[in-house]
Amino acid sequence: MSIPASGTPALSIREITKSFGQTAIIRGVSLDIAAGERHAIIGPNGAGKTTCFNLISGRFPISSGEIYLNGERIDQLPPHKINRMGLSRSFQITSIFQRMSVFENLRCALLWSRGYRYSFWSPLWMQRELNAQAEFLLEDLNLHTRRDLPAGLLSYAEQRALEIGMTIAGGASVILLDEPTAGMSNTETDYAMDLIRRVTKGKTLVMVEHDMKVVFDLADVITVLVYGQVIASGPPETVRANPAVQEAYLGALVE
Amino acid sequence: MNGAFGKSWLWIAAVAFALLLPWCFYDFHTARHSGFMLSMLSQMGMMIILALSYNMLLGQAGLFSLCHATFFGIGGYATVHFLNAAGDGDLPLPMEIIPLLGGFSGLGLAIIFGYMATKQRATAFAMITLGIGELMATAALMFHHFFGGEGGVSTNRMIDHSLFGLTYASGVQVYYLILAWTLIATLAMFFLTKTPLGRMANATRDNFERAQFMGYDPRVVRFLQFSLSGLFAGIGGALYAITYEIVTFDALAGPLSANALLMAYIGGTTVFGGPVLGAVLITLLQSGVSLMSNSWLVYVGVLFISMVIFAPSGIAGLIMGHKPILRAGKLGQLVVPYIRVLVPGLLLVLGFVGLVELTSFLTIGAAQGKTLVLGGNKIDVHATMPWLVSAIALFGGGAWLRIEARHFRRVWDGLMADLKSADGKAERVLA
Amino acid sequence: MEIVLISLLNGLVYGMLLFMLASGLTLIFSMMGVLNFAHASIYMIGAYLAFTVSQVLGFFPALIIAPILCGLLGAAIEIYGLRRVHHNGHIAELLFTFGLVFIIQRGVQMTWGMLPMAYRVPAILDFPLFTVYGANFPAYRGFMLLISAGMLLATWLLLKKTRIGLIIQAALTHPQMASSLGHNVPMVFTIVFAGGCLLAGLAGVIGGNYQTTEPGMAEAMGPIVFVVVVFGGLGSLAGCFIASIVMGVIQTFAVVIDYSFIDFLKPLGISVTADNLLTEILTVPVARIGALLPFAMMILILLFRPRGLLGTRDT
Repeated sequence: MSIPASGTPALSIREITKSFGQTAIIRGVSLDIAAGERHAIIGPNGAGKTTCFNLISGRFPISSGEIYLNGERIDQLPPHKINRMGLSRSFQITSIFQRMSVFENLRCALLWSRGYRYSFWSPLWMQRELNAQAEFLLEDLNLHTRRDLPAGLLSYAEQRALEIGMTIAGGASVILLDEPTAGMSNTETDYAMDLIRRVTKGKTLVMVEHDMKVVFDLADVITVLVYGQVIASGPPETVRANPAVQEAYLGALVE
Repeated sequence: MNGAFGKSWLWIAAVAFALLLPWCFYDFHTARHSGFMLSMLSQMGMMIILALSYNMLLGQAGLFSLCHATFFGIGGYATVHFLNAAGDGDLPLPMEIIPLLGGFSGLGLAIIFGYMATKQRATAFAMITLGIGELMATAALMFHHFFGGEGGVSTNRMIDHSLFGLTYASGVQVYYLILAWTLIATLAMFFLTKTPLGRMANATRDNFERAQFMGYDPRVVRFLQFSLSGLFAGIGGALYAITYEIVTFDALAGPLSANALLMAYIGGTTVFGGPVLGAVLITLLQSGVSLMSNSWLVYVGVLFISMVIFAPSGIAGLIMGHKPILRAGKLGQLVVPYIRVLVPGLLLVLGFVGLVELTSFLTIGAAQGKTLVLGGNKIDVHATMPWLVSAIALFGGGAWLRIEARHFRRVWDGLMADLKSADGKAERVLA
Repeated sequence: MEIVLISLLNGLVYGMLLFMLASGLTLIFSMMGVLNFAHASIYMIGAYLAFTVSQVLGFFPALIIAPILCGLLGAAIEIYGLRRVHHNGHIAELLFTFGLVFIIQRGVQMTWGMLPMAYRVPAILDFPLFTVYGANFPAYRGFMLLISAGMLLATWLLLKKTRIGLIIQAALTHPQMASSLGHNVPMVFTIVFAGGCLLAGLAGVIGGNYQTTEPGMAEAMGPIVFVVVVFGGLGSLAGCFIASIVMGVIQTFAVVIDYSFIDFLKPLGISVTADNLLTEILTVPVARIGALLPFAMMILILLFRPRGLLGTRDT
């Protein structure tokens, strides 16, 4: 992996498209996201936000276009290779290992980046440093009282926090969060925003979010996606003022 | 007591028990071991390895394989050839090491087939393994040089080369060799569950996409897990060859693969020790019940299906379900409800066994010229009475059990709700 | 030449029989995601029931009664068994049908004994239909062809012309769709499962006296039917049909070919004198390799084209 020259965007998307059968879901999206930026993608339902994430993270193959991570092309790679190059994502529907304990979930998320790979010779209970890191993460997420509980038994907000923890655990430099605060109460949302801000410090953050409060509080740059196309992209104030955006999406909310 | 190897006392107790067991059936008058017991215990040892290695796939990695006996069998066939070579002096290795060679044969074949099968998961994986199992079973009958055709290949285990100067002429020596290897294999498989690979096998089982987005290629995880399970199955097969000194088509064909599945599932796939329980139980049934009844497979099949419907976590899972109640010291409250379920349950089982046996003696038994004997009395399978009694026991017991089961459920749910609210209180106090 | 023609006809008969089994299995598999391991066991039950019924009422009533009984049995299995394990996922459903195989296998042995049944072709159909190059083609095989073709037509009409058929068709290609359209999915599942079992039972009735009605017949037929279903592809009855016929023809042809690999090497001046495992592989006649072929085919197709010949989705 080469060190990106300054000025190389952390994530660069060039004219990607995606069709399922006859239906075009993403119709030529281009985006440059600078290193360290907090980027929010918003748009009405069915605009293709989550599909966009699925394409970037390699979950679905793109139909055409190119995607670069720190200057290296990733659009032909399987998800695990993209992840190893420093991109990590969360899911809209909570995606944790339900039957494993909270601690095990976090430890699993640490394994690859700590160089354990597919080792079947290193006993986990003897890996002091790894275990200490998992414990530290547990504290950081404020889940230490739930350490040995099966993750499936956590409350919804706790599961979302665990999911964020697992997403950042591997030390990826680019983090994609898919609706991290969906379905949360106001207090929970405030807590989650705080957590996101804290754990993604110094990283590039891209998120899909519906809660405008979260978007305008957290994001440096906002991209508006409508029917698979970018209709506006820029700092929050500019996007908020953009008439096209107001018409297509924000209108109803801003009035 | 909960060290790195789980509950150490459980391990020690199990090993001590296994060490002493042959002597419980030692006949001091003739100074002889019971041959039947020794061979059953030896059989248990290899079946434990087979079931545990199968559970590396089904329980730990969520892979439903239908060709596990292939690797057991190949370990067995290879061991016969190794033993023959050793007997001829071409292979200067002691007996104690030979099972490892059988294991490597299993590993080798599992690497080849695993490369194909683990490209897929879930149902497609099951289908490929079905194909592999059938392919190998057919091939075993076709190629005589390695597999010996219908008659199999045979050997002599007295190769006169041992680390401890043993001849392995007696069953008890073989038993301790099997015990030692069963212990080694079990410990190794337990160790594997505590390594990054073992953990990621669980992870890909529960959510393979998440595992992918953590940098792991689920296919590689499946492949390694599959190959290693082949290694252990091969060791089991080697022990089979050493015990029986002959390996036939049966050691590699579909029914044994199915047996591996039954043992692991009935014992419980969610707990490491579950398959051990299953292997012990099925072997007991196989050697015990099959002596008395033609229809032991029906019982195993019905037991299996009942487990799939009512207790998908197997016997071990059922036992583990009682842990929170035991910890709260409330197990006593379950005694009476258990007895109330047990009585109609027993009636139901008796009725079912009665009907199965009557039917079986009507056809197969008659063909073999046997008669049904119960407590010294001959029973006429053509009379109405035994049929009627069995049917009443079956249906009456069933209806009664339904009522009692509902009662039991209420008590159980009540206990669980109590425990939960108690937990909640404890948490609030802590906070 | 005569061997080719006769084998082709026999292959067609066997292929149609396979299709009757495979079509039910593929309908169940594609719709419910359940690979019914017990499908061939139902086939066996069909044959045994047909034997018993035909002893009392004769062959033609058995032709109707036995499949209906199998269909009812299928409905019972779906309602009291499969539906209960459904929420535990596909592996649990696979395990359930896998357990059924054991019970049915032993149940049949207990009820009818271990020996083959004297289930014979009815006298009225027991004559040579025509003769090609001195070889007879039995009328019963013609009758089998007729029945399977009739069944094929009936199934096709049912799927194309009836409401339930249309729902089934929609669910074949888009399994999630049917439930979101608000149809009574459990009932559709029961109908499909029972229908599949009915077809299997019918196959048993006409296959039981074509082959032998004995306790091993499910075990012999099961894997082949799986191969056909996987080969043809999920959600595609046409693929299933082609695969059945191809498999039928391949299997009947393989039996009559008396060549081995070494025969192909001979013209190149290669011959075998040694006697070891490698030479054995070279000298085994194709007739015996034929038994390996279906499984090798299945593994290959799953490796390189998991959706099968004409499938619309991955297995």
